[in-house]
Amino acid sequence: MIVPATPPKVRVVTLKIDDKDLSAREDETILEVARQNRIAIPSLCFLEGLSIWGACRLCVVEMKGSSRLLSACSTRVTEGMEVQTNTERLRHYRRVILELLFAERNHVCSVCVSNGNCELQSLAQSCGLDHVRVPYRTSVYEVDPTHDLFRLDHNRCILCTRCVRVCDEIEGAHTWDVMGRGIGCRVVTDLKRPWGESASCTGCGKCVQVCPTGALVSQGTSAGEMRKDRRFLPYLSQMRGVR
Amino acid sequence: MSESRKITLATSWLDGCSGCHMSFLDIDERLIELADKVEFVYSPLVDYKQMPESIDVGILEGAVSSEDDLDKALKFRKHCKFLISLGDCAVTGNVPAMRNFFPLDAVFDRAFKENVQLQPQRPTVNVPKLLVPVRPIHSVVKVDLFIPGCPPSANTIWQILSELVAGRMPNPAQFTRFGA
Repeated sequence: MIVPATPPKVRVVTLKIDDKDLSAREDETILEVARQNRIAIPSLCFLEGLSIWGACRLCVVEMKGSSRLLSACSTRVTEGMEVQTNTERLRHYRRVILELLFAERNHVCSVCVSNGNCELQSLAQSCGLDHVRVPYRTSVYEVDPTHDLFRLDHNRCILCTRCVRVCDEIEGAHTWDVMGRGIGCRVVTDLKRPWGESASCTGCGKCVQVCPTGALVSQGTSAGEMRKDRRFLPYLSQMRGVR
Repeated sequence: MSESRKITLATSWLDGCSGCHMSFLDIDERLIELADKVEFVYSPLVDYKQMPESIDVGILEGAVSSEDDLDKALKFRKHCKFLISLGDCAVTGNVPAMRNFFPLDAVFDRAFKENVQLQPQRPTVNVPKLLVPVRPIHSVVKVDLFIPGCPPSANTIWQILSELVAGRMPNPAQFTRFGA
């Protein structure tokens, strides 16, 4: 590992999160600082060690002096910042985001391979989502079972792009990409060729392990059987090299 | 007179597997404790044929899949002061709602034609008309409390009913989740 000869100079800023006085490095994000200080902010697309995507919007927070909501994962801390992470308004938005995710594709937990091991499912519980108020879309997306080891079920995909990022940034294979727009949007392997025919996929399975739902799973798993192996996650930053 | 002060409870199953009712029965000996405070006035678990005019708490299991389900849901809403959606089918549509992904004709054919060797035919007599789509209960009537789970555990049901009986509003997320 390359160690810089002189550590880069970073300033320390002071800020308030949920009325707590905190200090942080100026190159840190609100989400990082909050989590270091045991302030829970829900997130879904964020994964420590991967680049920041800022798509799911679950980590939105309120900042004093701004009517706009900020995503905590993609906003750096600044001097004097005052942030609220769990207001009525934020809880409302988070709930609506989760409701729309549940309504968009097929997220029937009881028959899902990831039942009991799913971040979407546990977020619904922790964010108080006990029913979905909008009608379910019930449109069918395809399943790609062509890979020897893994299976892709677009019906369970929430488009967090963790698979895309881990494949590109950690494995260096860049098998995954995102295609289409709106409800036609989906993750694809090798420019939408069947995963099993992918020339770039190394079969490492990192995409499967970082997938928060039952969209990417091991072959041969049935309802509730998919357990993601997350033991490598603490080392993602090192695997990616010095930022 | 103490009988009359008991909380009246009605339950019914719509399109589900009755697993939530089984889970209810799984509270085992605590049923006796519950019977001290609660009077079952209408339920598949008891023999009353008529639904009373006014009921304190109604519990519905299952999704709204047919005209009969819809009638039951409307009837429960009309007669129950407090209505509970019990289990994932009631709360989300769950497995019964997975037929929404196919045209109704394809569903009928799979059930009554493709897998039947002797006289394949669609039942038409004494069966309620199926609705499209299958919907969760709260999309047809207002629901006051949602208990997700497939099925919600006996403990979940016990905890939540105990809270209600004690006059407190329970928080089901403490005990259960979708697919639990």
